[in-house]
Amino acid sequence: MILDPNKIRADFPILNQEVNGYPLVYLDNGASSQKPKAVIDAVCEYYTHDHSNIHRGVHTLSGKATEQYELVREKVKNLVNAAHAHEIIFTRGTTESINLLASSLGRSVISQGDEIIVSELEHHSNIVPWQLLCENTGAKLKVIPVDDNGNLELGAYDELLNDKTRIVSVAHVSNTLGTVLPLKEIIEKAHNQGALVAIDGAQAVPHMSVDVQDLNCDFYCFSSHKMFGPTGVGVLYGKEDLLNKLPPYHGGGNMISSVTFEKTEYNDLPHKFEAGTPNIAGGIGLGAAIDYIEGVGYENIEIYERTLLAYAIQELKKVKGLRLIGEPKDQAGVISFLLGVHHPLDVGTILDQLGIAVRTGHHCTQPLMDRFGITGTVRASFSFYNIKEEVDKLVAGILKAGSLLG
Amino acid sequence: MASIKDLQEEIIDNFSMFEDWTQKYEYLIEFGKSLSLLDEKYKTAAYEVKGCQAKVWLHTEFEDGKLIFAADSDAIITKGIIGLLVHVLSDHDVDEILDTELYFIEEIGIKEHLSPTRSNGLVAMIKQMKIYALGYKAKA
Repeated sequence: MILDPNKIRADFPILNQEVNGYPLVYLDNGASSQKPKAVIDAVCEYYTHDHSNIHRGVHTLSGKATEQYELVREKVKNLVNAAHAHEIIFTRGTTESINLLASSLGRSVISQGDEIIVSELEHHSNIVPWQLLCENTGAKLKVIPVDDNGNLELGAYDELLNDKTRIVSVAHVSNTLGTVLPLKEIIEKAHNQGALVAIDGAQAVPHMSVDVQDLNCDFYCFSSHKMFGPTGVGVLYGKEDLLNKLPPYHGGGNMISSVTFEKTEYNDLPHKFEAGTPNIAGGIGLGAAIDYIEGVGYENIEIYERTLLAYAIQELKKVKGLRLIGEPKDQAGVISFLLGVHHPLDVGTILDQLGIAVRTGHHCTQPLMDRFGITGTVRASFSFYNIKEEVDKLVAGILKAGSLLG
Repeated sequence: MASIKDLQEEIIDNFSMFEDWTQKYEYLIEFGKSLSLLDEKYKTAAYEVKGCQAKVWLHTEFEDGKLIFAADSDAIITKGIIGLLVHVLSDHDVDEILDTELYFIEEIGIKEHLSPTRSNGLVAMIKQMKIYALGYKAKA
């Protein structure tokens, strides 16, 4: 075996507990992953020994904190293979990354009549910021439809693209269906029309290696807390020349080079987009999470998780009355399903009684729920610390829920 | 007519016989299923209790100084719990509804459903019932 899940599990202290009298089965990784001890320790160490505000401090502690924080930028750059560390902007999370983009692009490249394309499977975070932009600018939002299996209808995408298309913003992996989008094709076609491409990678980075230069995307967003790091830290990657052209998002300290009441000069990348004191400890924790992921290795993670997901799909399909929502061509991390006529909330409530943590509801993808004519699903989302025995417990839990709910 | 307090004691007494969570949930599910359905005409946005992952509808009538509640949900466990709430609170004076403490949910060990983060609407439901009572009290 390439990856020893029991050794991995021992690195995550939270997994070793009982919930409602049963050993915890954590299958809500799509919402937030758990943290290895290395990440918890890094945050604790930082506050215990090294904390001070970063940038411009002359004293030793400030220097140490700055050095550590900027080292994380290097680590993120290497993780996603960006060309430069200053192409990595730290934010509060994927949501803020996309809002930053929508705001800055809205004040520079978007005008009335322009078109922005998203897909039907997007998280609300990759819909609403663009809707706001459209309201402010008079641009139009266009939507790539999803087929019955949860794949994008690429023929329809071709028809949506035209010389008015300015931005295409899609997920790398669907948070509700697990669909892995054919990004290279989507990106190339958008570029052929002269459009920019932003990717919501929140559900991809925890599961697969990402190479932003190979993808040739213009922007790529993700969150620390879904990839074993602390909450409150996210990343916006952008190509250097594009980031340089964009106006700043938030104003404040750190993002300026000089301020007078007549004219303020902005700082260089990445600081231009990083106003105020950032989540330094969170950033340090993200650095430890990247070290952890690289220690396990994406190749091992991908092989292990694909096997686990295939096993889960195979076992869930055996459950009478269970309907998988979406069976995409390429799937990662996530399975959505419904059990008979039962409300997802009822199924989730019974599973919780058995110590099994899943998520129920619309998963912040209401347009996708409308597409499938449902109001919600039960979603099991996996990580490389989950094991086959937990899939078996999930299946047994679903059978129990089925018999209780009648 | 039993008081709200008596009705709560009766439920607590019933639940004390259950040996584990399975029996408790079986009871809630069966109770939910046994409840008469709310007339379809009340299953509209106007009667919906907001803030619930499951849909919850609450209808209220005021008769002879008493509030009559009727409720329904598309989730059966939620329906069982709101059914208990309706059973306890319905057909009582507004003053009694406003003044009596609701403690049975905690006592029967389904307190976690009262957590606002559960978004199953129980908290919103209780609040809505009390708001109706306040409203009728103001009118009276």
